[in-house]
Amino acid sequence: MTVPTGVETNRTGVAALWHDPQARSIIYQAVALGLVILAGWYLFSNTLQNLEERNISTGFGFLDRSAGFSISESLVSYEASDTYGRAFLVGLLNTLQVALLGIILATILGTIVGILRLSTNWLVAKLASAYVEILRNIPVLLQLFVWYGVITITLPSPRQAFEPMPGVFLSNRGFMIPAPVDDPVHGYMGIALLLAILLSLALRAWARRRQNRTGLQFPVFPCSLAMILALPIIAWMVGGAPVVFELPILEGFNFQGGITLSPEFGALLLGLTTYTSAFIAEIVRGGILGVDHGQTEAAASLGLRRVRVLRFIVLPQALRLIVPPTTSQYLNLTKNSSLAVAIGYPDLVSVGNTTLNQTGQAIEAVTIFMTVYLSFSLAISVFMNWYNSRIALVER
Amino acid sequence: MTLKSFLAAGAFVAASAVAMPAIAGETLDAVRDRGELRCGVNTGLAGFSNPDSEGNWQGLDVDVCKAIAASILGDADAVSYTPLTAQQRFTALQSGEVDVLSRNTTWTLTRDTSLGLHFAPITFYDGQGFMVRKELGVESVHDLDGATICVQPGTTTELNLADFFRANEMDFEPVVIEDFEEVNAAYFAGRCDAYTTDSSGLASVRSTAPDPTAHMILPEIISKEPLGPAVRQGDDEFFNIVKWVVYALIEAEEYGVNSENLEEMRETSENPGIKRLLGAEPGMGEHLDLEEDWAYNAIEAVGNYGEIFERNVGPDTDLGLERGINGLWTDGGLMYAMPVR
Repeated sequence: MTVPTGVETNRTGVAALWHDPQARSIIYQAVALGLVILAGWYLFSNTLQNLEERNISTGFGFLDRSAGFSISESLVSYEASDTYGRAFLVGLLNTLQVALLGIILATILGTIVGILRLSTNWLVAKLASAYVEILRNIPVLLQLFVWYGVITITLPSPRQAFEPMPGVFLSNRGFMIPAPVDDPVHGYMGIALLLAILLSLALRAWARRRQNRTGLQFPVFPCSLAMILALPIIAWMVGGAPVVFELPILEGFNFQGGITLSPEFGALLLGLTTYTSAFIAEIVRGGILGVDHGQTEAAASLGLRRVRVLRFIVLPQALRLIVPPTTSQYLNLTKNSSLAVAIGYPDLVSVGNTTLNQTGQAIEAVTIFMTVYLSFSLAISVFMNWYNSRIALVER
Repeated sequence: MTLKSFLAAGAFVAASAVAMPAIAGETLDAVRDRGELRCGVNTGLAGFSNPDSEGNWQGLDVDVCKAIAASILGDADAVSYTPLTAQQRFTALQSGEVDVLSRNTTWTLTRDTSLGLHFAPITFYDGQGFMVRKELGVESVHDLDGATICVQPGTTTELNLADFFRANEMDFEPVVIEDFEEVNAAYFAGRCDAYTTDSSGLASVRSTAPDPTAHMILPEIISKEPLGPAVRQGDDEFFNIVKWVVYALIEAEEYGVNSENLEEMRETSENPGIKRLLGAEPGMGEHLDLEEDWAYNAIEAVGNYGEIFERNVGPDTDLGLERGINGLWTDGGLMYAMPVR
């Protein structure tokens, strides 16, 4: 068992470097990185060369050219004579709109269904289970087709539109509601609302300090709610209580005026919200079940009421389990919104696909898609990670 | 569908990266080696390219593919069809997934110059029209102010629509759905007041309606839509073949050569034009690097242009289209073959 150890120590230069584990691992990584960069460069330059040889135009110059096609719904003004760049912006904002609303609604719906699934009422619990199992096991694209079909086939044409309330119409052209006509009082109502929110925050801080000092509690929630509701109403009444609404009116082929929620937007929002809410419901249920039962019992034995047990004991511990998987559901919802193209909602991909086809610049358009979705997803991740670290249990 | 167009774009990127530059004759050699022509067609447009109940592709665009395959390989069935959406079609051709795109595609300056395409002669002169439900009481396109209009994206149709309403200072709301079946379903469900596409397409869509008589096609045609097969730039030899196969089909009709009298014509005709066309007098095939019976095979397989038209879209079909501007130039139409000589 005699090993000639002298051989090891006598190595110099490259050989010594090679036999140093740390240096060797750095060399491996450098070589791997170099190969990746080389491959990327090869793909990039070869693509450019081939595009040039086939006389296919390249570059982002097309974004300044006039688009020439119309878009049905837009948050900013857009006309067919605007540029492709503006068309992309319209699509991007439409995507953002449906994703944000979808995330908010799916969170609310998912939380409710998740809690209902834990209900001791047999019927309620089973209904919630059926909701979850049906929705999350059918591909979302099919669900979108179903919702879109339901809206366009079952609802009547605009001339025979349902009118559940005066000025509210439901037809296969969408859901039309009256729009309040612009009035300076609306601005004052907004200021009043802002004021109410600030006052509520101040009240909460004061109540907490007082409770720490004296042990006395203050009904913060009812007071805040009353302020947030009452102040804008007072502002509205002081302003002379203007009630001017622009009613949707059937004119020619369709309703004019008012606010319209299109069938495409409705179907997409409904489809994404219900689909994602089923997953969130399961996450919420899992999170609540993940909190040890002993915690609830201990809290109850301290004399805390059921709502307080949930608010102060169960929820803070459950959130820790809920937030990370919910983040990935938010990301899924945002990415799934690109299925809008199937039912004609003008989201980023729909507008981008049209652009791609009119200009033939596939690589550029797809690059824009990827950049936008990547940025959205990273932004959501960053926000949720910040929230997650904020609610993490602080060990004392 | 989104996924498909993404894949097509992805395939395009990948193919652009690895494919060698196109060399003249490359496509012809590839078709011969493969023993099969790859043809990009519509996913389903009655009269142009549509699989029948047994899954065999039928239609005017499909017959053009068959004619090309018959000219090159002597077998009209040696074609593999790739159904393509409006969005996928150019990438599929550019990336080499198909050899020829025969998919009711409008020839425009932008497409000709910036997509790396060459358009072969026109096989169908079309124009954009509108279809509405009769119950609306609309008589003219100019009554459509404020209407909701169903349209497929990525087509010249979408641009013409915006241009036309802008020029006439009218408003409209587009409902843009990529999938052909879905956009039809949206129109039939009443989501839109009107449906717009090429007028031949309108006839085709109307023939699939639950009640075709409930819909009418408005008289106005708002655009020129010359439809023809397209090939990649950079392979002039293959471009020539596609070009002259189409001309041969039209010239055959001019000479009165059809799929029935074809053999007899080759044996007995003394007309030098017919003898050149059918290969009884050699030379033409050699110039195209094909067999001398190239045009003979094409006409034998699908008939002359007139037969193709009558069989697929003519008055006796569901589409019921008249020859009109698609008639021969001698009959006042626009079909005019360059001389095969």
